[in-house]
Amino acid sequence: MSQSFNPADIQKAILEQQKIEDRKKMMLNGVLVLLLVAAPFVMYPVFLMKILCFALFAVAFNLLFGFTGLLSFGHAAFLATGGYTTGYLLSNFSGLTTEMGILAGTALATLLGLAFALLSIRRQGIYFAMVTLALAQLVFFFFVQSEFTGGEDGMHGIPRGHLFGLINLENNLNMYYFVLAVFLGCYLLVQRIVSSPYGQVLKSIKQNEPRAISLGYNVNRYKVLAFVISAALAGLAGSMKSVVFQLASLNDAHWHMSGEVILMTLVGGMGTLLGPVVGATFVVNVEYQLSQGALRDWVDPILGGIFILTVLAFRSGIVGEIQKFVKKNLG
Amino acid sequence: MSMIFDVPLAVLSGQLLIGVINGAFYALLSLGLAVIFGLLKIINFAHGAMYMLGAMATVILFDVLGVNYWVALLLAPLLVGVVGVIIEYFLLRRIAGQDHIYSLLLTFGIALLIQGVLTNIYGVSGMRYSMPDLFKGGMNLGFMFLPYYRAWVIVIALLVCFGTWFMIEKTKLGAYLRAGTEDAQLMQGFGINVPLLVSLTYGFGVMLAAFAGVLAAPIYSVTPVMGSHILITVFAVVVIGGMGSIGGAIITGILMGVIEGLTKTFYPPASSAVIFLVMVVVLMFRPAGLFGKEA
Repeated sequence: MSQSFNPADIQKAILEQQKIEDRKKMMLNGVLVLLLVAAPFVMYPVFLMKILCFALFAVAFNLLFGFTGLLSFGHAAFLATGGYTTGYLLSNFSGLTTEMGILAGTALATLLGLAFALLSIRRQGIYFAMVTLALAQLVFFFFVQSEFTGGEDGMHGIPRGHLFGLINLENNLNMYYFVLAVFLGCYLLVQRIVSSPYGQVLKSIKQNEPRAISLGYNVNRYKVLAFVISAALAGLAGSMKSVVFQLASLNDAHWHMSGEVILMTLVGGMGTLLGPVVGATFVVNVEYQLSQGALRDWVDPILGGIFILTVLAFRSGIVGEIQKFVKKNLG
Repeated sequence: MSMIFDVPLAVLSGQLLIGVINGAFYALLSLGLAVIFGLLKIINFAHGAMYMLGAMATVILFDVLGVNYWVALLLAPLLVGVVGVIIEYFLLRRIAGQDHIYSLLLTFGIALLIQGVLTNIYGVSGMRYSMPDLFKGGMNLGFMFLPYYRAWVIVIALLVCFGTWFMIEKTKLGAYLRAGTEDAQLMQGFGINVPLLVSLTYGFGVMLAAFAGVLAAPIYSVTPVMGSHILITVFAVVVIGGMGSIGGAIITGILMGVIEGLTKTFYPPASSAVIFLVMVVVLMFRPAGLFGKEA
């Protein structure tokens, strides 16, 4: 039997295959979005918003860690900067609409991210992690000693206000759909970034930095930009979180929080788009369930145990393992 | 009373003394990190937890078994060293071939686990440990009062630092260690048991941390969370000094302690942040660190 292997045909077949894959992905995403839209009628909206805020935080972190290969141990600094800035502005300037407060918080976190990035990319690998951790600790000390943060007590009673001066965010459903819209927008943005030529360069830096340099890419500029985008999105997550809970506290600035976002990303699957979302959902749920039961005091050691287990046995994370399984058995 | 820059000499020298002591702890801890990093190429995030375990073991050994300070000074680091070898053998070794980021995350998880479990059992309020009678009191140097125990800490910490330096730079075992740092595979080819050496190195590194913990028990408040704070400071010290040389780690540690003490005298609000600020400056002007030789 003779078969023609016309290159054009093969290319067409590949494209066709790609289209089917894309359509499958689109359908999966569509179902997920529908679920998210319907969710507040089944579950408590504030809890869902908590998950969405942390999911955005983890998605932001994953852009840097999962796609660029840079392990930042200081992302709590951006979360807290966004949260405190937004909280301070909304509490003290009643003329501001909510989205202005959130934008300002995000902007400050972005600037801080630029400062962190310019300093930390001077060292590589493990040193990079240590530098970001130390810089975040500096930010933590600043928040501890500043008066506007309320120190150990935190910042309470941040008004949710009105979105664009029109939509009352005191209503949990309104608040939820706002958070959902921001989250989906950011998720699509990250998806777009990752699949863009810029995102391809980031991945090449992760896989083989010397090679990327030898190909003529100004690696440091790519890294700084990735860091800044990641910090901006993390700041946005913090800003929204402070509006949702009407609270900003030192917990958000603590190194513990930087560790938690690493755990979320790792458990869900680093370097996958959906992974951090799944991971954040998982970790927030585990924490909530534990805090309700007899194991209330054992949250930290259990998270530590999950950390160890994930690193030893499931390095690809939940989404990564599922992808592997699908590829092996169904592909 | 004599004054220097409007600060009484006694106050200044008192803070300097505290600075040198803190510096001695930084030196011991960053030394252990450097030793582990040399052979295993990982940053041991569990180092603070090991320091804490050393201090906790000292207190618990005394409360439960009545073990005195001198025995604890040997026994606690040994126990923690065994814990370290177990961790290396059962956990770190399993992911030795993977990206180093994973081993860093693994040690972070271990630290969370140990710290969390002990917090549940002993709470976060400080445990009391009284120092041996021999060290109660102190002597008046004329310009300041020097408590005996603090003098002892400085002397013994420096001795241990120097001993470690001597062992690594001047003995045969140290030569193996340095060779392993350069090329572990080649050394295995020469018939040296590299996996054993790796286990012992990790054990020795955390022993140094635990030893610092024992020294800290009588003067700092002993709690399950005492390790995490000092660890982050030590990371900054390591970034400042670079982990290229053992001597560099010691000198940077003590220097940073002194700078911290001086800041506490002249501008107290910045004292907890000053080491991190120094780190920022060093990163700007000498990115490889003061003693670093990294490209």
